[in-house]
Amino acid sequence: MRPFKTLQKLYDEESQVVITEKGSPPRALFYGEGFLQEDLPVGTRVIFPRPPLAGVPNVKAAIRWAINHPEGMEPLHALLKPGMRLTCVIDDISVPLPPMVTPDVRQSILEVVLELAADSGVDDIHLVIANALHRRMTEGEMRRMVGQKIYDEFYPDRYYNHDAEDPDGIVALERTSHGEEVSVNRRVAESDLIIYVNVNFVPMNGGHKSMGTGVSNYASLRHHHNPKTIRASDSYMEPKASALYRSNERIGRNIDKHLKVFHIETSLNNRMFGGPTDFLAKKEEDYTEGDRLKFQAMRYALSKMPRAAARKVLNAIPAPYDVTGVFAGATEPAHQKTLEASWKQYVVPVEGQSDIVIFPIPFISPYSVNSILNPLLVQVMGLGYFFNLNRGVPLVKKGGVLILLHPAYDEFDPEHHPSYIEFFNRLLPETRDSMKLEHKYEKEFAENPSYVHLYRKGNAYHGVHPFYMWYWGENGRQHVGKVIVAGAENNHVPALMGWDRTDTLTEAIEEARGFMGRSATISLLRIAPTVMVDVK
Amino acid sequence: MPAKAAFFDVDGTLVKTNVVHVYAYYAMNRGSVLGIAGRTLSTALSVPLFGVMDVVDRKTFNEFFYRYYAGLTEDRLVTIAQDMFEDVLQPALFEQSQDLIDQARRSGCKVVLVTGALDFTMRPLARHLGVDDMIANKMQFVGGKATGKVIPPIIEGANKANAIRAYCVKEGLALDQCHGYSDSSSDYAMLAVVGRPTAVNPDMRLRSIARAYNWPILDLK
Repeated sequence: MRPFKTLQKLYDEESQVVITEKGSPPRALFYGEGFLQEDLPVGTRVIFPRPPLAGVPNVKAAIRWAINHPEGMEPLHALLKPGMRLTCVIDDISVPLPPMVTPDVRQSILEVVLELAADSGVDDIHLVIANALHRRMTEGEMRRMVGQKIYDEFYPDRYYNHDAEDPDGIVALERTSHGEEVSVNRRVAESDLIIYVNVNFVPMNGGHKSMGTGVSNYASLRHHHNPKTIRASDSYMEPKASALYRSNERIGRNIDKHLKVFHIETSLNNRMFGGPTDFLAKKEEDYTEGDRLKFQAMRYALSKMPRAAARKVLNAIPAPYDVTGVFAGATEPAHQKTLEASWKQYVVPVEGQSDIVIFPIPFISPYSVNSILNPLLVQVMGLGYFFNLNRGVPLVKKGGVLILLHPAYDEFDPEHHPSYIEFFNRLLPETRDSMKLEHKYEKEFAENPSYVHLYRKGNAYHGVHPFYMWYWGENGRQHVGKVIVAGAENNHVPALMGWDRTDTLTEAIEEARGFMGRSATISLLRIAPTVMVDVK
Repeated sequence: MPAKAAFFDVDGTLVKTNVVHVYAYYAMNRGSVLGIAGRTLSTALSVPLFGVMDVVDRKTFNEFFYRYYAGLTEDRLVTIAQDMFEDVLQPALFEQSQDLIDQARRSGCKVVLVTGALDFTMRPLARHLGVDDMIANKMQFVGGKATGKVIPPIIEGANKANAIRAYCVKEGLALDQCHGYSDSSSDYAMLAVVGRPTAVNPDMRLRSIARAYNWPILDLK
């Protein structure tokens, strides 16, 4: 083991970018439900997340202050009238990742808002989860999100999941100037006031996307959840570079024209790990002897456990995020403040793109909470989200190589992802072309009565969701020259995805260098916690 | 988009009951009061036997018990069918059956029941669910009275698949676009013949088949 002092002198403590040198320590890297410990080639640029920003000292006070001093709207108390119909729309379990320690910030917001509403003589209140085409949250998850008291008072009649396939539950508003259909949940459409309770995890959440996507249906979503829009987006995380954002903006503005929506947005810091796993947020140069032992013990234990057990253990560790800001009011000005807070936490400036970029893929994604990160979700993490964690300029050069670290196992959750199974086994062997998939099969999956049933009555993602996951990786696929999945435990998953595979990261780097040239530059995005790059 | 249909098995798929209960109901309601008492007793004794036979071989079972209809008039059978629907089938309908059928229709499917039961016993149910068509066994009638024989081929097992294939040809439907729903591994052929099979409340064997082939599994309540 290298002496601590030698390691410390190798990098600037203030910088989030470390260039690997001869004496640099091996990196602790996520690899699905396990970890790898890898030495990187000298000269590799390792980009670390920023340290967590300080949270607000009193979350409830910050919420009260925000709703009393909203952006571009009257204070909330002035909007509440006795006898009115009020609906609180709440972000679903897809954020934050992992779920935060209780009380969830959504619970804190609702406790403040519901008390104020009751004092203002508002009795007709519904709480609707903005799950769009995501799976319905389970009772346990719903209880955890809002706390026992609110759950007991509202569930199940007045606290429920949005149902995008309820034939009587959707209202169509006027189309946008681009002809996009605008559909919203009927209860929401017929409310005098809507309070959107947001928890912002990355800059693509919140703003017009909240209402435009969260309480909408397939007819409306297909106008922006399609390969053409994705190809026209340079990044999902930078509104100016995102055609997806612009479409949501048009839809959202139409919604704001017809409905009164009061947004309450919150930004979180990136304190993803606490207690026994806090070392994961550190640079390896900063590891103490204790941290190294903890890492080795955890790595060993996870590698010996059955995968399902490792998943259970990892899913059971909530994240001790702090709330860094609460912003309320009209959609656009409130969201602008959220974006600023989000960028402040996540953005790390880096000099230039790299020929080869390494993404370690962790066990969790927005679509696999309490479930399995199946191959399509591995794809969406690498080519969809991580590739897009920038402000318009990707970390990897055009035609470069992405290396994903994941076992790429062929495992699916039939309860949460039934249509993914058919998509993977039936459609991908035929084509990986998003345009063809959209044209030939999307409608069939969206309307398949079995998938509609599983979405409405079970806890399954909508039948069309695997298509969206595939489209999500579209601009990544169009951009990179090659994807290698290092440590893939089988051949067929990478083959179906159109990826190369290697047993180890070293072999993957060798292959990537063979493709890009011996002098190829290499970057590793040391994620999680969340980090975004600003490529200069 | 080619025309397509959703084929639903009935017993155990849309309703909790199965054909044994239907037979029992008929047997108990077919004649005089004294006759009813006698038959109720003999039915009570034979139902467990039917149950065993049903599990072992549905075809033999069907042929065996349809003989009990011999001699009943058609109008009498239709009347009993209506009562049986109200007393037995309607209360046994899964709450979500209607939703599933409505969803199939919304997706552009023609909705067809495929059942080993006799057509007149299923007609009130078909009306209630608002289905478009029905593939069911037909009793032979001579002079307005049931002979106890079913017009072949008996709709069960592999014949369900044949009947569905023939129906698709007749109606100009694309078989590979059609959906099939059943709870029983005895309907494996019916599910295998359509392009979009789904297991509904499946028995153990069908559940393992569905898992092996990645068919969706629905649990109706």
